Amino acid sequence: MLRLLLAAQQSGELQTGLKAIGRGIVYGAAAIGPGIGIGLVVGNAITAMARQPEAAGMVRTTMFLGIAFTEALALFGFVLAFIL
Amino acid sequence: MVLGLEFPPVSHLVNWPEIAFKDTPFAISKVTITYVLAVVFTFLLFFVAGRRAKLVPAGVQNVAESSLDFVRESVIMQTIGADGVGFLPFLTTMFFFIFFINIFEVIPIFQMPGNARIAVPLLLAVTVWIMYNFIGIKRAGFFGYLKQSCVPPGVPKFVLPLVVFIEFISVFFVRPFSLAIRLFANMLAGHFILVTFALLTADVWAATYVGAAVPFALLVALTGFEVLVALLQAFIFSILTAVYIGGAMHPDH
Repeated sequence: MLRLLLAAQQSGELQTGLKAIGRGIVYGAAAIGPGIGIGLVVGNAITAMARQPEAAGMVRTTMFLGIAFTEALALFGFVLAFIL
Repeated sequence: MVLGLEFPPVSHLVNWPEIAFKDTPFAISKVTITYVLAVVFTFLLFFVAGRRAKLVPAGVQNVAESSLDFVRESVIMQTIGADGVGFLPFLTTMFFFIFFINIFEVIPIFQMPGNARIAVPLLLAVTVWIMYNFIGIKRAGFFGYLKQSCVPPGVPKFVLPLVVFIEFISVFFVRPFSLAIRLFANMLAGHFILVTFALLTADVWAATYVGAAVPFALLVALTGFEVLVALLQAFIFSILTAVYIGGAMHPDH
C-alpha cells in the first residue's frame, strides 16, 4: 500500500488525484450553506405571497435579491474549485 | 457500455480559435463577435423602436416600451425610488446588453455565452463601482460618503471598529467582486452543464441508440432552463446595480 502510494507520488498521479478530491470538497462544502439559505429565502417568500397576493411583485423582487446575495457564496466556491 | 467519458479540459470549453488579427490584442474570435453583435442588437432594438414611434405601439416598439416599463416599475421603483428614474436608460441598456451576450449560450453556431469569460462582467462591475461611488461622493462629499457607507447607525460603541472594518471591505471590495463573479460563474456553470449533457448524449448514442433519449431529453430541458438563467442574471445584475446606486443616494434606508 505504502509502496503504491510512493510510486504514485513519484509520477505525480497522487498530486493530480488529491487535487481533484480537493476541488470536489471545495465546491461541495461551499454549496451546503447557500443551499439551505436559498431554501429559506424562497420558502418564506412563497409564504408571504400566499398570505398577501397583492404584495407579490414586491416580494418577488426582494426574493431575487436575497437569492442573488446568498448564491454568491456558492459561486465563489465554484470559481475557487477551478482556480485550485 | 459507456466507459470512457472524456471531459475536455476547461480551457477548451471557453477558448475559441482566433479568426482575424491573430496574436494581437485586437484578435477576433467567436466570443468577440458575440460581444459586437450584442452591442448592435441593443442599439438596434431601441433605435428601430424609437425612430418610428407611434402612439399605438406595434412590433419592436412594444418590446422596447414594455421593457422600459418593467425596469422602471420593478427595478427602479422598488430600490431607488422616484428620483432614480434618471438611471432608466443606463439600467435598461445594461439589462439588454447582458441578456444578449448571455442568450448566445443557446443559439446554434455560437453556443458560447460571452459572460463565461471574466472580461465583460468585470468591466461592467467596475463601471458600476465607479458609478455608485461617484454618486455617493457627489452627494455627501468624500468623508461624508465614507462615513455613511462604513458606519451603520445604531451600533454599540464597543463593536464599532469591527463593524466599520467589515462594512468597508464589503462596500468597496466585495461588492464589485461578487457582482462580476455572480454573472461570470452562473454563465460558466450553465455552459459546463450543457457541454456535459451534450457529450453524454453523444457517447450514449454511440453505444446504444435508445439510451441516448434520456440525456437528450435532459439536454433539451436544461437548454430551456438556461434561457431562464440568461434572463434572470441580466435582471439580477441590473437590480443589484440599482440597489447599490440607491444605497449611495439614500443612506438612511
